Amino acid sequence: MEQKIEPNPINLSKEDFESDQMVKWCPGCGDHAILRSVENVFPTIGEKLGYNKEDFVVVSGIGCSSRFPYYMNTYGIHGIHGRPAPLAMGIKLTNPKLSVWVISGDGDSMAIGGNHFIHVARRNLDINYLMFNNKIYGLTKGQYSPTTPKGQKTKTSPQGTFETPFNPGEVVIGARGKFFARAVDTNPKLMQKVFLEAAEHHGTSIVEILQNCVIFNNKIHALITGRDTKYDNQIILEAGQPMLFGKDKEKGLILEGTQLKVVKLGENGITEKDILVHDPTTEDAGIHMMLASMAPPEFPAALGVIRAVKANTLEDEVWASVEHEKKTSPYKNVQELLESGNTWDIE
Amino acid sequence: MKKDKIVEIEEAVVRFAGDSGDGMQLTGSLFSDSTAFAGNDFATFPDYPSEIRAPQGTVSGVSGFQIHFGQKSIHTTGDLADVLVAMNPASLKANMKWVKKDATLIINSDEFTEKNLQKAGYDSNPLEDNSLSGHLIIQAPLNTLTKEAVKDLDLDNKSVLKSKNMFALGIIFYLFNRDYTKTFSFFESKFKKNPLVVEANKKVLTAGYNYAETVEAFTNTYRIEKASLHKGKYRNITGNMATAWGLLAASERSGRHIYLGSYPITPATDILQELSKHKQFTCITQQAEDEIAGIVSTLGGSFAGALAVTTTSGPGLSLKSEAIGLGVMTELPIVIIDVQRGGPSTGLPTKSEQSDLMQALYGRNGEAPVVVMAATGPADAFFAAYEAAMIAMEHMTPVILLTDGSIGNGSEVFKIPQVNLLPNIKPPYAEANDPEFKPYKRDPKTLARKWAIPGTPGLRHRIGGLEKEDITGDVSHDPLNHQKMVELRQEKVDRVANILPLQKVHGNKKGDLLVIGWGSTYGVLLTAVEEMHEEGKSISLTQFKYIMPLPKNVKEIFSGFKKIVVVENNMGQFVNYLRMHFPEFRYEQFNKVQGLPFMVSELKTKFDSLLNE
Repeated sequence: MEQKIEPNPINLSKEDFESDQMVKWCPGCGDHAILRSVENVFPTIGEKLGYNKEDFVVVSGIGCSSRFPYYMNTYGIHGIHGRPAPLAMGIKLTNPKLSVWVISGDGDSMAIGGNHFIHVARRNLDINYLMFNNKIYGLTKGQYSPTTPKGQKTKTSPQGTFETPFNPGEVVIGARGKFFARAVDTNPKLMQKVFLEAAEHHGTSIVEILQNCVIFNNKIHALITGRDTKYDNQIILEAGQPMLFGKDKEKGLILEGTQLKVVKLGENGITEKDILVHDPTTEDAGIHMMLASMAPPEFPAALGVIRAVKANTLEDEVWASVEHEKKTSPYKNVQELLESGNTWDIE
Repeated sequence: MKKDKIVEIEEAVVRFAGDSGDGMQLTGSLFSDSTAFAGNDFATFPDYPSEIRAPQGTVSGVSGFQIHFGQKSIHTTGDLADVLVAMNPASLKANMKWVKKDATLIINSDEFTEKNLQKAGYDSNPLEDNSLSGHLIIQAPLNTLTKEAVKDLDLDNKSVLKSKNMFALGIIFYLFNRDYTKTFSFFESKFKKNPLVVEANKKVLTAGYNYAETVEAFTNTYRIEKASLHKGKYRNITGNMATAWGLLAASERSGRHIYLGSYPITPATDILQELSKHKQFTCITQQAEDEIAGIVSTLGGSFAGALAVTTTSGPGLSLKSEAIGLGVMTELPIVIIDVQRGGPSTGLPTKSEQSDLMQALYGRNGEAPVVVMAATGPADAFFAAYEAAMIAMEHMTPVILLTDGSIGNGSEVFKIPQVNLLPNIKPPYAEANDPEFKPYKRDPKTLARKWAIPGTPGLRHRIGGLEKEDITGDVSHDPLNHQKMVELRQEKVDRVANILPLQKVHGNKKGDLLVIGWGSTYGVLLTAVEEMHEEGKSISLTQFKYIMPLPKNVKEIFSGFKKIVVVENNMGQFVNYLRMHFPEFRYEQFNKVQGLPFMVSELKTKFDSLLNE
């Protein structure tokens, strides 16, 4: 009963993915923009990669972001807290022809689902994992999350948190993830570009979206996303391009010793050819890790695809093994298995 | 030519015991194979420590294997042994309580050194202090004899001593007049790459056999006639293997490939290991990062259209509770196999218990009914697993199948069924582009919703853990809808009773005492009840395999008896379940929680006292 993806041209529109359900996120929540971007890019993904609308599956855990599947007209499953990754694993391993999208948040992925998160990164299934990072628990109304900056006051940290937060990109790369990208909810064009690249990448593509919780953590990403501050505090990485940022692309990144350094073009004899050129495809994760770690105000936050390394996927290997065993196994059916080895007949 | 007198006997129990590195499980299974070829019925059970190599020579490091075989139907692994093989003082010490008063003891006297006696906790040497009087004792210096047997082969001392278990097996083969040619072919295939080891094992086994004959240790040897089994093809099978194969059969017959998401846990790991070998049947197995990922990925597999299974033991079932609730809410078919062990917490990992019943029935938040079944023995686990898969898929519900350590690791003779004659499995698929499709529209008969598999055109829909609106499946917080859905989910599980076979009674349908058991106690209860019935007692047995829901004729059966006793390896979980459902009856109970199966003798004593009260 496996479904074949039809080779004939697929024509999809945004409307194909819009659900009739009332969207219940708070007005001004960053999730709305992410939802629109996903609806906008799915038709392109379907057409480019050969997925019909019934081949998309949206999977989530628990949290504000995890209501996402209800707002998409696809196959969808809203799971339990922290566990969207194993849900996606079961779906993808069962039917590799589906385009599987995990929607999760910083609490879902980094706290209760931390274990699954590192393993999904390591296993490298061909799925796309969008993690909305608003650095707060929204659905439970304002407790700190594993990505909340140290010292921030929240309902469960009235004196400020005492904990060192995770940087999701570092976790992904540390867990030997092959793809990590970062986007912001205020830049739909970038989101769509990154989502498309995530879909095109054959492997687990993890995208952190810096998303604003308008009620419980408003403006947490303001430095990176603010109209006036963003130029100095974000860098949009592009494969093969020098790592330049600033309003007039007047600043860049160089490697000094083993460390990244922000420089200004024209100062101290620096020209564009001194600037690092982004290569997301290197197996060596050294530079990728440094890029993922960059944070304002010392550095711009890296956006775009930071790491995208080709590797076999889990389902490729598993299904290749199935095909191999079918050819080589001595058992053509279960009856033969039951009758194998030491048996005896009673007449 | 054999010099000894051959005595015909009906049945015997042999127990092999040694240090956990002595190869007792292999010795036991080789003897089981020869028992099969001799045409006897049999049942076996390994008794091993949870440590892989506990301190050598200590009682805690003793590994045992018991086999009960006979010409009549064998339902149990036997109360007490007729023959004990003890490879060292610790194994003798640990096992004397499991042997008959006049049992034959075959003892490796080489190991009875002062140091080893001390390690085993003996104050004096039992071979010299008359503490074993009443037994026939065969003291054989196995280390010396084994070395002697292979002195012509170029083998190191360690390899030589490793094969001393085969010397012991040779003695037992002689005692029961067994043919060892089959065992030779086992050596040839098992140690294909090492002809020297094949040769050594053959020599040692033969030497053991000849030694027993030469020293005239036994006044007589034994023969057990072939059992009168029904015509057919047979094999020996453990419960875990049978469970795995039952699932494979259900996969083949339903056309749904298996997705198994599991985390290794004693004593359930064998099922994961076995299924991992069978990718040729498109059996996808994934060793998950934890128990939760195991079951959650299983739900993903089910959503995507697989025969979705997860296997575990008690502590793992605890971790899976929340996800089982998601299965209940999303009404996806999954099979959860719990190979129960002694609890609570880590408890007794390698010992058997029936103490997860309440957890299986109720261990979830909210009103979360699932189908609960229990296999009644190693061979039955095949059919129970098949049926669990069938019920899950046809009724769109999680099914918990309870087995336990004694079933999982125990083995018995299995009449190989014809897979194509097993019942059809017909899941309620939603048809592509069905304009009438609604995610929570139900079959009027079973109340199962349709299985709408991603990738199918025209059926896009969303499910999840939030309460669903009746029919549409949209998220709903409506109070009356919630009540309705809670009732529908229960009713759906209750209606599984419509397809269950009626509960059977062994013995008369009316009488003085009805013995009730469930799951793995079947064999021992049947043996006890049959024996007492033959003694003229008014006693019958009913053994439950279907627990939630119960078969429809339970009340009618209970009404036929003056007294009812419920026997289980826990503190009374099933008896309390029955008290809740059928409060009109008075229930006696008999409980044992020692990590050990019931013995026929203790059951008969209990039943006698109930009959005489």
